[in-house]
Amino acid sequence: MVGTKKGAFILTADGKRHNWEVSGPHFAGWEMYHLKGSPVEPNRIYASQTSGWFGQVIQRSDDGGKSWATPDGVPAPVPGEFPKGESNKFVYEGEVGTHKWYDGTQHPWEFKRVWHLEPSLTDPDTVYAGVEDAAIFKTVDGGKTWKELPGLRVAKGHLWQPGAGGMAVHTILLDPKNPNRIYIAISAAGAFRTDDGGKTWWPINRGLKSPYELPDPDAEVGHCVHRIAMHPSRPGVLFMQKHWDILRTDNAGDQWTDVGGNLPTDFGFPIDVHAHEPETIYVVPIKSDSEHFPPDGKLRVYRSRTGGNEWEALTKKACRRRIAT
Amino acid sequence: MIRVVLPFHLRNLARVDGEVQLEVIGAVTLRSVLDMLEARHPVLRGTIRDHITLKRRPFVRFFACKEDLSLEPPETRLPDEVVSGTEPFLIVGAMAGS
Repeated sequence: MVGTKKGAFILTADGKRHNWEVSGPHFAGWEMYHLKGSPVEPNRIYASQTSGWFGQVIQRSDDGGKSWATPDGVPAPVPGEFPKGESNKFVYEGEVGTHKWYDGTQHPWEFKRVWHLEPSLTDPDTVYAGVEDAAIFKTVDGGKTWKELPGLRVAKGHLWQPGAGGMAVHTILLDPKNPNRIYIAISAAGAFRTDDGGKTWWPINRGLKSPYELPDPDAEVGHCVHRIAMHPSRPGVLFMQKHWDILRTDNAGDQWTDVGGNLPTDFGFPIDVHAHEPETIYVVPIKSDSEHFPPDGKLRVYRSRTGGNEWEALTKKACRRRIAT
Repeated sequence: MIRVVLPFHLRNLARVDGEVQLEVIGAVTLRSVLDMLEARHPVLRGTIRDHITLKRRPFVRFFACKEDLSLEPPETRLPDEVVSGTEPFLIVGAMAGS
């Protein structure tokens, strides 16, 4: 599934990934921040559709993306039951509170959009939503209604400050071995973890160093984490692409270690783990925070098969072809 | 019948072609028309006005009879031509917001 600023696309391959069918654009003309299927019911897909004009819309498909509907927007088949149109209603719990603004003053939290939708590993109607301004919401009714897990913003939220790209929960990772453990990452705030199903959270940023972005390079919060990734077979091992630096943790975020190694530059945005090899990870190096293009103008995925430190550019033709598809 | 013209994306969201026709009981105001529109098409809730405050979204504007009604209070009565159905009430995705 591919989300773009112009709509969403669903790419379906044959078993060998030689032939692909592309459907879309779905929701043409809308920004699609995320689409993700339920692991327990793969034809159930949730999508975050947003617009500077018309705000947030949540869409759901129950047939693998052939048809879509807002979960609480269309009349139910039961006579007398009327939808409330609340599947796009994201309201912060209790006192809205404030976070740090660009000028250092405190600024109220304002909902803008959903960046990440993470369906539960066990229940197709339960989904977590990572939103901007940074917070996490949960639905247990298939996206009809959403409720904030406010404990996250208690984790020093008043010190979080938006970066140039805003301040959003852009990554949510569910621990497949411990249903009470969730990791999230926020641009310009850092990574956080809960071990009680989302009631309480704390920063997991020890080992991150941001000498060019923060007055205290080792601050507990404020690091600009771009992405974190996990292999489901080893949920205590995480990989991180920070603004600068690639890092890993082997103890669920209690301590991070730099594994940028021989990369030409360790600035970048995405990071991911191979589906079947937990020590194989991928990044796309970008020249710098000031020059957002790949080194030498060549877009290259770099791979480490050693969980970091030793990296190789995937430049062979076969690899390029695979990446292109 | 009140005739409401929606912008392209909201027509798609509400799954309507052309104008929406609404029967509004009582005074025909900005608020009563939008209330009825959202009651008929709940999917539009939150896309034109905020769910809680009912404040117009900054890049949505309301036009009728060549007048911009966007900044008028919600209780503002719509022109007679809109009430009689001779002129439509336009909800527009704006070029500039406020």
